[in-house]
Amino acid sequence: MLAPLSWLKDYVDIDVTAEELQQKLFSCGFEVEELTYIGKDISGVVVGEVISCEKLEGTHLSVCKVDCGEKGTFQICCGADNVKTGIKAPCALEGATVYATAKDHVTVEGVMKIKKGKLRGIDSEGMLCAGVEIGVNGDMFDGGDYNGLLLLPSDWKNGEDVKGLLGLDDYIFDIAVTANRPDCQSILGIAREVAAVLSKPLKQPDYSYTAVKDNSRNVTVTILAPELCHRYIAHYVKDIKIAPSPLWLRRRLALCGLRSINNVVDITNFILLELGQPMHAFDLDTIEGSQIVVRRAENGEEIVTLDDKTFKLTNDNLLICDGSKPAALAGIMGGLNTEIKDGTKEVLFESAKFARDNIRKSSRALGQKSDSSALFEKGINEYTTECAMKRALHLIEQLQCGTVTDIGCDVITPYSNTGTKKMTVSASKINALLGIEVPEETMADILRRLSFGVNIHGDELELEVPRWREDIDLYPDIAEEIIRMYGYEHIHGTFLPTATITNGGFNESQRAVNRLKDVLAAEGVMETSSYSFYSQKDIDMLLYPEDAPERKYIKILNPISEELSIMRTTLAPSMVNVMVRNMKKGNYEGCVYELAKVYLPKDLPLNDFPEEKMMLCIGMWGTCTFFNLKGICEAIAESLNINFEYEHTEKSFLHPGITAKILCNNIELGYLGLVNPPVSEAIAAERPMYVAEINYELLSECAKPFRYAPLPRFPEVQRDLALIADKSITSGQIENEICAACKYVTDVKLFDIYEGNQIEKGKKSMAYSVTFTPKDEALTNERIDSFVKKILSNLQYKLNVKLR
Amino acid sequence: MQDLDELRKKIDKAVAEIKSSKNLHEMRMKFLGKSGEISALMKQMKDLPPEERPKTGKLINAIREWAEKRFDSYEKELKAIELNQKYEQEKIDVTLPGIRNKKGSYHPDTLVINELVNIFAGMGFEIFEGPEIENDYYNFTALNTPKDHPARDMQDTFYLSGDLLLRTQTSAGQIRVMENKKPPIKILSPGKVYRSDDDATHSPMFSQMEGLVVDKGITLCDLKGMLDEFARKIFGEGVKTRLRPSYFPFTEPSVEVDVSCFECGGKGCRLCKGTGWIEVLGAGMVNRRVLEGCGIDADEYTGFAFGMGIERIAMLKYGINNMKLLFDGDVKFLKQFKG
Repeated sequence: MLAPLSWLKDYVDIDVTAEELQQKLFSCGFEVEELTYIGKDISGVVVGEVISCEKLEGTHLSVCKVDCGEKGTFQICCGADNVKTGIKAPCALEGATVYATAKDHVTVEGVMKIKKGKLRGIDSEGMLCAGVEIGVNGDMFDGGDYNGLLLLPSDWKNGEDVKGLLGLDDYIFDIAVTANRPDCQSILGIAREVAAVLSKPLKQPDYSYTAVKDNSRNVTVTILAPELCHRYIAHYVKDIKIAPSPLWLRRRLALCGLRSINNVVDITNFILLELGQPMHAFDLDTIEGSQIVVRRAENGEEIVTLDDKTFKLTNDNLLICDGSKPAALAGIMGGLNTEIKDGTKEVLFESAKFARDNIRKSSRALGQKSDSSALFEKGINEYTTECAMKRALHLIEQLQCGTVTDIGCDVITPYSNTGTKKMTVSASKINALLGIEVPEETMADILRRLSFGVNIHGDELELEVPRWREDIDLYPDIAEEIIRMYGYEHIHGTFLPTATITNGGFNESQRAVNRLKDVLAAEGVMETSSYSFYSQKDIDMLLYPEDAPERKYIKILNPISEELSIMRTTLAPSMVNVMVRNMKKGNYEGCVYELAKVYLPKDLPLNDFPEEKMMLCIGMWGTCTFFNLKGICEAIAESLNINFEYEHTEKSFLHPGITAKILCNNIELGYLGLVNPPVSEAIAAERPMYVAEINYELLSECAKPFRYAPLPRFPEVQRDLALIADKSITSGQIENEICAACKYVTDVKLFDIYEGNQIEKGKKSMAYSVTFTPKDEALTNERIDSFVKKILSNLQYKLNVKLR
Repeated sequence: MQDLDELRKKIDKAVAEIKSSKNLHEMRMKFLGKSGEISALMKQMKDLPPEERPKTGKLINAIREWAEKRFDSYEKELKAIELNQKYEQEKIDVTLPGIRNKKGSYHPDTLVINELVNIFAGMGFEIFEGPEIENDYYNFTALNTPKDHPARDMQDTFYLSGDLLLRTQTSAGQIRVMENKKPPIKILSPGKVYRSDDDATHSPMFSQMEGLVVDKGITLCDLKGMLDEFARKIFGEGVKTRLRPSYFPFTEPSVEVDVSCFECGGKGCRLCKGTGWIEVLGAGMVNRRVLEGCGIDADEYTGFAFGMGIERIAMLKYGINNMKLLFDGDVKFLKQFKG
């Protein structure tokens, strides 16, 4: 929201500097995001009178003597075509700063400093300026657009700084307005806050006008969709004389970034800025039957807006129509067919309140927005809707560009809000919420400054809420009004003196997550975090079959891009991408994990809360093997006091020989394996990549609490067994068999594995260290021998494994 | 009978020539062993006349004692020399790199969340984690943001169906807690949130931490007190907080909370853009409408809520200059956060 200081001064006698005002606004809830001094780039430019001017033969230059009053008289070479004796123009003296323009004399290319110099050998002690060179266009000052000198009034005093005279000594506040204060999306709205915060009276805009009796027209307004158009005020103005607007009006629009069109259109734009009420002006000659009908569009109905775009509408779009056809896209933009033209003689002004949600939806759906739709979306109040029409009629009179008739309509619907809200609040309750003691009188004073009607009855404040403050609902809103004006610096920290003592901290499952993170950190794994969404391409990358559950994903209806358009069903694609990105950056080795949710729909399309499952995914790449990653998995299992079992399995993106599923008590928890060549080659991975993915929720359910196991009372005995087995026999099978054969076996460790010349083809040698732990009595060598014998015979019988 | 003085000289010479412990042992045996030279002298005693035996015996014993002392002291000397030689040989270059297990790391979000939880746990806050996929009611309507509310424009929402969406704020969890738990309530709700924003300072996914207190007699001053404590513990002693008016549909009054710049101490620097203050979170007194919607008597109870961006805190605390780094997975970045 842009607010020029000079404009605010129309309503409030501001006696503080722009910077001080910025601070004041900040303290009461209006952050000034940018404070711009309009003349910040211009300095040392004064009024200069050309007292002599001689053409320099064979050039476009003239040699001038310029009288700059107290500053002196200077010789200046000037190339402008309108330089001549007797004119006054801005004169930039040595050391002045002005805008540098390109060869076209129009495009600003930066700021330059004026130096004395020679042009074609002639001394030039300064520069006579065009409007563009000192940041003045035609709407800021008459003649500002001329591609030549900016001519100044002859009564301006030579040598006086032009900045004040041309209105460059002004500030623009760019103010952030919070969503609860649409009433402050206007100069007057901001002025009200300025008046309140400076404790100054507010000067109201002039709403007066005189209506001339008229019977020539019968203007009617019919609202067929009152749920979308709560209020509609129309007024007829005749004898319109379309002309350019006066300078003061053009200037105001220009300071706020709007282009001047003509007097009638400019009046509506001026009110949009001043009061925050979008208005529209129809050429009444084009309004059939002088009838306004506000209705929903028919499905497929079309309108051409005044920027010459055609829109195909639906029943959700609101139209302003005349007796037969659409005349405007309500609240967004007028129709081309009813716009104000140079020859327009009669105007029908519209000031209306439309449902903000509908304007927002239509604007989004049609991709058409305007300053008007932006304001309607934020919400406007009907007090302003009423004021705006009066203000427009006043300006018609002031600009003498038409005759205000007494013909008008004001249609109030059941959705309308014309009343004044009254409420009673308790000062003590307000203080109880704030935690400090603001005296009732101070509260009343603050509220009066904010235009509330206030009566004090002891602790109770009887309030009449200003009609534009539709955000005021309950007493905490009043508390906020009071504290933001009283000052937040009065709020001093207390530490819940009245609160009940509660017990805090992580719950058990949250602590378990942290323990897992500690285990992984200790194992050298780094925690990463990827987006919860990716692309179908990421799923395709891992070659999941058509019917894979990973492909049953939730789509985002309005994604930022295709890359971020589906909710993750597995963390593996993100992890593979992390590894590839790392390798591309020259990080050829690493091990990272992510603990995050996947989102599994119960059915598609989604109509119920999906399952959000926490998954653990580990990625390891570089000079490592399957067993490095498996070691990390074992560390996880150990930390939970459980054992994982591993069985060969297959996954679309993993090496069929180097992939295992991870089980615990026959529950499948996940998998680990080597990313296979079809995948890694397609993404140009330069190093082997291993991935493990574990269902964290199933894993945490498997966890067993730690219990102390009594230390063995008798010494443990270890025996080493060197075995010969078929290559197809897994170490897991052998270990299970050894354990199953003897209840005294408490640990089986593989310490050597060998395949080669010393061994029969198709066989491998495996050496285990087996620990026997006695229970009630020491184990004799004879008993151990008998256990070993039993183990060996079982191995031979079940797995054809023999002693080497 | 060998001249005893000769023997003394011989032993002296032998000891002087000893080079190692092994050598010393051999020499000791040679002179003092059972079949050594001194023992041999003793054996020769029987050949002496009986009257000379005591005198000679004494002399031999004296020489034995002398020789033993000689060998002992030399052995001590030798051991010290040998130990020094051993030390010299085994000397290492202590500036060579240490050998260690690779240490993993924690994501900055994890570090910040855990630190925040520890601070607030001490004040009696429990942790609540709500679903990331929410419905319109919990994310907006129950937070006093009905369908046509302009505040919805403050947040660009990712929709998954007509009603389901990716939560835009952890505040959604507030409602779930208040529906199920009656005051006193003190909860923290960390988690991922999503907004349709993707530029240098915005990420479509980020984390927030929501705090909520509902009890009898809770005031804006209590909010300030708690935030002062938070700011001191997270950003350092001496860091102050400043409240300024703001707007959130689910709090009234609403405030934006700044902390005094911990880099420059409030004098103004690049981090605080010369203002001396850094915006860290939004907060306010829980809106009565929100309390009432959850079946809590708003005349009996009041409360406050605050919500902060975890990445913002992490970036400020660790001096991370680009939010994208947090979600990129570059190990050169990750390994710096050892916890």
